[in-house]
Amino acid sequence: MSSNRESVGRTIIVALLVCLVCSVVVSVAAVSLKPVQVTNQLLDKQRNILQIAGLLEEGRSVEEQFEQITPRLVDLRTGEFSDAMDPLTYDQQEAARNQNLSRALEAHEDVASIRRREHYATVYMVENEEGIETLILPIHGYGLWSTLYGFIALEGDLNTIRGLGFYQHGETPGLGGEVDNPRWRELWKGNMVYTEEGEVGVQIVKGTVDGSDPRRQYKVDGLAGATLTSRGVEHLVRFWMGDTGFRSFLENLKSGEA
Amino acid sequence: MAKVSAKGVLFDPLFKNNPIALQILGICSALAVTTSLNVTMVMCLALTSVVALSNLFISVIRHQIPNSIRMIVQMVIIASLVIVVDQLLKAYAFDISKQLSVFVGLIITNCIVMGRAEAFAMQNPPHLSFLDGVGNGLGYSFILIVVATIRELLGAGKLFGYSILPVASEGGWYQPNGLLLLPPSAFFIIGLIIWALRSWKTEQIEAKDYMMAPQSRAVKEAM
Repeated sequence: MSSNRESVGRTIIVALLVCLVCSVVVSVAAVSLKPVQVTNQLLDKQRNILQIAGLLEEGRSVEEQFEQITPRLVDLRTGEFSDAMDPLTYDQQEAARNQNLSRALEAHEDVASIRRREHYATVYMVENEEGIETLILPIHGYGLWSTLYGFIALEGDLNTIRGLGFYQHGETPGLGGEVDNPRWRELWKGNMVYTEEGEVGVQIVKGTVDGSDPRRQYKVDGLAGATLTSRGVEHLVRFWMGDTGFRSFLENLKSGEA
Repeated sequence: MAKVSAKGVLFDPLFKNNPIALQILGICSALAVTTSLNVTMVMCLALTSVVALSNLFISVIRHQIPNSIRMIVQMVIIASLVIVVDQLLKAYAFDISKQLSVFVGLIITNCIVMGRAEAFAMQNPPHLSFLDGVGNGLGYSFILIVVATIRELLGAGKLFGYSILPVASEGGWYQPNGLLLLPPSAFFIIGLIIWALRSWKTEQIEAKDYMMAPQSRAVKEAM
């Protein structure tokens, strides 16, 4: 048996069999575990939305807490609410790859390096008697290695930031991965998006923000050792708060025309 | 030929032939995943199961593997096992798998796994290979758990996420040592463990490759 073990035919057969068995094992694992993983991802996303909006209470079920939040679909082309699709099942990441559901961005528009922008986005709202209490908008853009997917939560004035965070990214743990650091996320709280002139003022500075800076309410400390990730985050916030992003929707909301 | 006994292959890697402390393998993940005990335990479990099972499967087919492609066959088996483990973690320990991020995938390149496959499983019967895998996994886990205990306790004042030393920022008295949360601290701790282990078991000290050459005369005069 071992005498012809080294023959070419034998080598190919062993290689093929090993590959076949391993691929079956891997596929079975991937396919059979998919439903559980999808549920986990959905729960994680809801958890993140709650957390970024500052609504998460530990010890209560995420699904139950998520009931106070209303998801709505927004047409980014018109800046108005839309009922074209179910906001719960609409997959924004998938839509960005679909020719019919997104449009290619011109080079000068593409601040966040995402190449295509989808026509629709799911936004999440917490409402009270006076109107919107918190508005949570999905944002994404390119960092150093990966596209960062996250949310920005705004107060009822649609200008003050209540929170910002990412639920999916592949940045270097310990450096760019520090976008998940609760202390860094805390820095965004209370900052403003738009300046009095109506520009997007958000800026991430190297080092720490000078306390006497007159524009400090727009600025956030950069992440140490992650200049490109920091720049990516700044760009993506600017993109989604700008004209190609949610700006017209926010303006419509303010004037009550959405 | 070295004599192998079931007890030997299982327990030798703990102190006598520890993969991290003596062979200095698998250091990368030992630095990266030891900031909290929860994450460390899952990583240890993942690595131990991968080493044990890869050793088992490779040993089962060791007579069939042609010598010319043995490395790549080992690699395929190890990689498949790692993917399965990663998928399982994503399904049943989602939070921890997020914290471990790339390091589960990097078990593929962990020298311990490949090293045991090549050095042990290719020559020995399946049950011994399996035990050898478990033993090496335990050796790896032992070091990681010691490191993680020290780092989490002194770095964050916690163990398994439960507060042990109340930290100053939350109204306690303990001022946590931030260095211990950074990867270099694991280097120091592993270094100290190796020192302690080699003082106890002096046979682990490697013989010198070269004797220190005496200073040549010209240099001596110049000084």
